[in-house]
Amino acid sequence: MLGLSKKDRNLLILVILLTLATPILLQPFPEGSALAQFNAGYPDLMQRFAIYGIFAIGFNILFGLTGYLSFGHAAFLGVGSYSVVWMYKLLSYNVLPGLILAVIMSALFALLIGFISLRRSGIYFSILTLAFAQMSFNLAYSVLTPLTNGETGLQVYTNDPQVLMSAGSPSSPHFFGIVMNESAKIDVGGWQFTFSNGYYFCAIIAILVFYLSLRIFRSPFGIMLRAIKTNQTRMSYTGLNSRPYTLAAFVISGMYAGLAGGLLASMDPLAGAERMQWTASGEVVLMTILGGAGTLMGPVLGAGFIKYFENIFSKINDNILHTWFSALPDGLEDAIVFMLHPFIGKGWNLTLGLLFMMVVIFLPGGLIEGGTRIWNLVTGKNKKRGVPGKAKEHHPTPTPHVN
Amino acid sequence: MDAIILQVLNGLDKGSAYAMIALGLTLIFGTLGVVNFAHGALFMLGSFCAVTLQRILSLSYTVEDPTQKDFLGNPLKVDMPYIVSWFGDATGNAILDWSVPLAILFAIPVMLLIGYVMERGLIKHFYKRPHADQILVTFGLAIVIQEIVKYFYGANPIPTPAPDMFRGSVDFGVMIGFAQNEIIYPYWRLVYFLFSAVIIGSVFAFLRFTTFGMVVRAGMADRETVGLLGINIDKRFTIMFGIAAAVAGLAGVMYAPINSPNYHMGMDFLVLSFVVVVVGGMGSLPGAVLAGFLLGILESFASMNEVKSVLPGIDQIIIYLVAIIILLTRPRGLMGRKGVMEE
Amino acid sequence: MGILEVSNVNKRFGGLQALSNVNLDIAAGSLHAIIGPNGAGKSTLLNVLVGKLLPDTGTALFNGVSVIGRKPHEINQLGISRVFQTPEIFGDLTVLENILIPCFAKRDGSFRMHALESVASEKGIIEKAEQMLTDVDMIDKRGMTASSLSRGDKRRLEMAMCLVQEPKLLLLDEPTAGMARADTNNTIDLLNHIHESREITMVIIEHDMHVVFSLAKRITVLAQGTPLVEDTPDNIKGHPKVKEAYLGEAA
Repeated sequence: MLGLSKKDRNLLILVILLTLATPILLQPFPEGSALAQFNAGYPDLMQRFAIYGIFAIGFNILFGLTGYLSFGHAAFLGVGSYSVVWMYKLLSYNVLPGLILAVIMSALFALLIGFISLRRSGIYFSILTLAFAQMSFNLAYSVLTPLTNGETGLQVYTNDPQVLMSAGSPSSPHFFGIVMNESAKIDVGGWQFTFSNGYYFCAIIAILVFYLSLRIFRSPFGIMLRAIKTNQTRMSYTGLNSRPYTLAAFVISGMYAGLAGGLLASMDPLAGAERMQWTASGEVVLMTILGGAGTLMGPVLGAGFIKYFENIFSKINDNILHTWFSALPDGLEDAIVFMLHPFIGKGWNLTLGLLFMMVVIFLPGGLIEGGTRIWNLVTGKNKKRGVPGKAKEHHPTPTPHVN
Repeated sequence: MDAIILQVLNGLDKGSAYAMIALGLTLIFGTLGVVNFAHGALFMLGSFCAVTLQRILSLSYTVEDPTQKDFLGNPLKVDMPYIVSWFGDATGNAILDWSVPLAILFAIPVMLLIGYVMERGLIKHFYKRPHADQILVTFGLAIVIQEIVKYFYGANPIPTPAPDMFRGSVDFGVMIGFAQNEIIYPYWRLVYFLFSAVIIGSVFAFLRFTTFGMVVRAGMADRETVGLLGINIDKRFTIMFGIAAAVAGLAGVMYAPINSPNYHMGMDFLVLSFVVVVVGGMGSLPGAVLAGFLLGILESFASMNEVKSVLPGIDQIIIYLVAIIILLTRPRGLMGRKGVMEE
Repeated sequence: MGILEVSNVNKRFGGLQALSNVNLDIAAGSLHAIIGPNGAGKSTLLNVLVGKLLPDTGTALFNGVSVIGRKPHEINQLGISRVFQTPEIFGDLTVLENILIPCFAKRDGSFRMHALESVASEKGIIEKAEQMLTDVDMIDKRGMTASSLSRGDKRRLEMAMCLVQEPKLLLLDEPTAGMARADTNNTIDLLNHIHESREITMVIIEHDMHVVFSLAKRITVLAQGTPLVEDTPDNIKGHPKVKEAYLGEAA
């Protein structure tokens, strides 16, 4: 079915179920309980899970498969957002034309940037992509102001043409009448579940593009990309030209990024240049590495993990900490709160940076590898019987050389 | 002509900063083979050394000044820096005024220590890992350093003035035979340029004329062979990392009056410094310095109104544009050696 | 007319004349060895033939088509495969995937994007690859990661990757370098078997005289970038010029 093996089909079904049930799964704690602050089932956050998941899945097709580390993918995110807002301004609030334009524009940008950057590899490639992204960011801020509205950011004004707007059209982003920021709230016992149109729109697109990446991973093209990562010399002495393959991967991942950027603007009709800054490129690298580069589910997990903890950590403040540790003696309580203080609230980036270093140092395979190791530990695999297996388990193979 | 000289001068201070950071990056890359994304953070830490020393020196206690009265007629309470009360008015205030240059003395041990700890504690474990891992872990470290600084010093830039006597401008044009007020140049920028020339010169002299430097240069060319000769090259490389950190730190200290230190200045400079290293040629020390000044000056030319009116926005992208062109036409950069990062 | 005709090839690296006026004519179907002392220019010649180096002057025709100035992948697509001194394989991929890649390259040319077809549905290609693995006696290792193979198996795998492309000319760069005697003999048998069963023209560069004399039907001796003699193994054995080149003494 769907051109997938049984195992992959099961994985896909699992992903679909989890994605569709996210609004329920992420509300494990009843409203009003002390733990309700750990709930993540509100539309804004869930949308970000899906959108950054798409971004990371796309980035993984380039970095995970070919090993080319791009530090400029945020540029495509920005291009996607600007495209969508321009379609709002010119046509109407229907997101479809904008999303199509976002994918096309980011593909064109990726073709241009990729064509030039891929003439070099290794760290030179990283720096070239970084230079292109910074250039786009600087231009968006300065000369291209007529297109990007500079520092203010691009948004819809009442005097915009919006030629397809009729009297009854919704005045916020919608998909043929399905308004993105509308949602249904359902109360069950003490729990409240929010089913938002915007989330399901993003979720369905995310499932589609995940399916697409699954197909790419299992295709001859996918094998070629992995071969490029392993040994480019053998690649060319096997009669294969690796540049079109890497360029294709670069463009595909650029299109994913453009789509994600477009979706960001579909949820909130704004586009700003800061979306193109290189810290945003760094973020998608973090997500992919944290989850596990080159694995199917890793990037999605990484994106979800980072966005969830970003949200939770940013919300925690000293008062909340004090209530948590109130059982402890006063002095100890204060000391712990004092020690945790730099890592919470606005200190989330510090936590993220530390976490990221830990992952690169101790767990180069990311969360997926960590999960596998724990699983093996729990099930006793490679533990009691296999002596050689155990020795191997504690020395993870280093990640292959990115060339 | 005078306009050209002015732009060259204007580019010098930024160029000096680029050159010093790029020099450190190249030293680390050439000796240790590590791509250090946290190098910008070291530059930023240098700037904050200046801020810190200034704060320490201006630690004060409150005294009542009988000569001044507030509106109720009580003696006015004023802050009295300890330093002034210890050394007397003239000396104390002079020390306060000169806190930025004094911070050099403060920054050297601090930055050497930070560099040492960084190399022994983290970088050491990444020598044999892929460059991508090195980039990623130092990138993480840069975020951490940046956030720690933000936590202690806040997000706003902190003005850190230069000593009084350097605050004005010098009429540079008159000195070289132009009319008055044609080429005006701030004193401190001149100081900064001279300072960077001294620093860069001493690094080169150190590598050139000491046995230590000779071993390090030999190690840059062929690490294994030098190791086989029974020389503890690792120890020297650790010291080299410390020196690179100190150079970046000193560049930061003296830059504080030009650009009020803020927590993200490191990242801003890092991206550009990497571009500088690549343009100069990975692994080439003279290349890094040359490219640093060249790009600084180029940037200043691009921001002339005459140029901007023809090519709007060129000042924003000129460095990147040059880097892209150089990388595509001369992949090894201006003075790059064969075989560096080309496996 | 040979399958490979090299004429007047010169290559200079700075002050070193690596190849000077090399002429070579390899007959189709032959097993030809190129021998010579260190620095004789054997590897340089090979690199010229596969497109890694550009000669200063000269021509190299493969089946009447010039290979000079073509990229390595284009030359491979013409039908020249190369085995390296240290096996170049796709270490992260499984043994079977390693074989699949040349199969796709043979069928699709240097680039074709099959991004949505699944590999599992390419029955014909997989069959072909598995047949190849059976031929080199590695079918039970099909699922292993290539980097975990023994050195001998890596060599075998690399050869299988070349053979599955059905090349017209196979170039081997010291295929037994660093091998133990037993492995060397296995490789000799394998190569002999391949040559007899597949009728592939082979050019082998080798140091080890034992290997050369057990395999080659024709031998070219290269010294200081110039071919000295070309003859049958029996005639080469006692040839005075060869002794001179190797031992540096007048015969």
